[in-house]
Amino acid sequence: MSEFVFLYRGGEAGRSPERAQQSMQKWMAWFKELGQNGHVKDQGQPLERTGRLVKGKQKTVTDGPFPEAKDLVGGYTLIEARDLAQAVELSKGCPILDVDGAVEVRPVMKLNM
Amino acid sequence: MEPSDHLFRREAGRMVAALTRIFGVHNLALAEDVVQDAFCRALEVWRFRGVPENPSAWLMATAKNRALDVLRRQRTARTFAPELGRLLDSEWTLAPTVEELFGAHAIKDGQLRMMFSCCHPRLPGEAQVALMLHILCGFSVDEVAAAFVSSHDAMEKRISRAKKVLAGSRKLFDVLSSDDLALRLVAVQRALYLLFNEGYHGASSESAVRADLCQEAMRLTRLLLDHPPAATPATRALFALMCLHAARLPARIDAAGDLRSLFEQDRSRWDTNLIAEGQSLLDLAATGPELTEYHVEAAIAWVHTTAHGAEDTDWEMIVTFYDRLMGLRPSPVVALNRAIAIGQRDGPQRGMEEIRAIANAERLTAYPFYYAALAEFELRSGRHERAREHFLTALRFARNPMERRFIEQRVGACKAGTPVGMSRAGEH
Repeated sequence: MSEFVFLYRGGEAGRSPERAQQSMQKWMAWFKELGQNGHVKDQGQPLERTGRLVKGKQKTVTDGPFPEAKDLVGGYTLIEARDLAQAVELSKGCPILDVDGAVEVRPVMKLNM
Repeated sequence: MEPSDHLFRREAGRMVAALTRIFGVHNLALAEDVVQDAFCRALEVWRFRGVPENPSAWLMATAKNRALDVLRRQRTARTFAPELGRLLDSEWTLAPTVEELFGAHAIKDGQLRMMFSCCHPRLPGEAQVALMLHILCGFSVDEVAAAFVSSHDAMEKRISRAKKVLAGSRKLFDVLSSDDLALRLVAVQRALYLLFNEGYHGASSESAVRADLCQEAMRLTRLLLDHPPAATPATRALFALMCLHAARLPARIDAAGDLRSLFEQDRSRWDTNLIAEGQSLLDLAATGPELTEYHVEAAIAWVHTTAHGAEDTDWEMIVTFYDRLMGLRPSPVVALNRAIAIGQRDGPQRGMEEIRAIANAERLTAYPFYYAALAEFELRSGRHERAREHFLTALRFARNPMERRFIEQRVGACKAGTPVGMSRAGEH
């Protein structure tokens, strides 16, 4: 088993309360299924959409620049899968894809030298 | 835990009502944005951490904190609710004021104010209903459009126009001290009645949508019942009528998903709790000098609940009530139902005469059950061919697949020799 990080980028919440609720229920169902199949190492955390950017030797602190809303990382999950192909397959069930969002699938580097 | 059905939708109405009271009705759009924010946040957090123990409280607290934020940051740039005077100006009074307006009692009160405000006299009835559904019940424009079988664009226009009137009304209707509460209450009752009826008799093909509308109408009417100045005999009668009709909902659609007329329904599936609640409210409503159309309609529904079928229904009493109703609120549809009741009492010939005598019958020309009623009487008079023709006309005007299937079955019953059922088209 290898570890992967899913980074959730963008995605609209949906303008109507009913849609928002449906979307949330889909997320919960998706996580439940992943968990039942033993793929969730750590469900992860949501990230605030605001923060600071600290940059360079000068350690300049700014409110940005942040990527555009559609690229903003809203949270992450630590996933266990056989290989990258399986991890990608798992990510395809993510409800963020229904609302113009994206899942970035990144293998965690192995330190087995 | 799993959030209950339509939690977000219901909470949306409560949050907007509370926020609008704080921000002022002219900042309705701001209140809606804050609600939207709260949902985004819930979505972001809950999907990772699960739904909290008390999701409603979580949403309310989020909306409240966001409101405090907005109030602090925009205090100088915007004016908020004029009713709150200077309470929002200083930190000393800001937090306690907002806290209080997010209390359980204040939220209820806020919803009432919003309900009365939505029934602004400058708005036509349908716009009032659409606005209530949108603001107080959290239906999106698309969902309201689906409920009323209207296009998205038409509904968008209707709702945004109505919002403008509401936002321009300076302040929310004060349900505690308003002198014209009684007057506005009449409009509110009417709007709730329309909302319920849209669910009960409306054209939307999705029975789930329609059941939602009935439920929402009942939820809002309950708010009136909980507020003594609004809990008049008419309000009680209105709620009784909703209970007595809603009691039949489980039997209206059979196992195959087909519409069943009142007389084909399996009455053992009627909701006895709702019938009991409707009856006791109707008793309570029978105080005071006022007799409204809600009283009479509830009484008619009640008579049906006391019978096992068409045979032992007290048609004499039902006709009397329809006569009363014609006096209170005459309409071609009421006249049609009255004619049907007369036909049940005195035979099909008399029923048809009454149908033909309906004033303004041209307003029924696109109403499928007008033709269906004629057809049923023809059928019972043994004139199968004429009955068939009327049913076929009815079929042309069927408003959804369920009505179509229902009428198609009746067309099938017109083959000579088929035993004549006691089906009746007007009511279900």
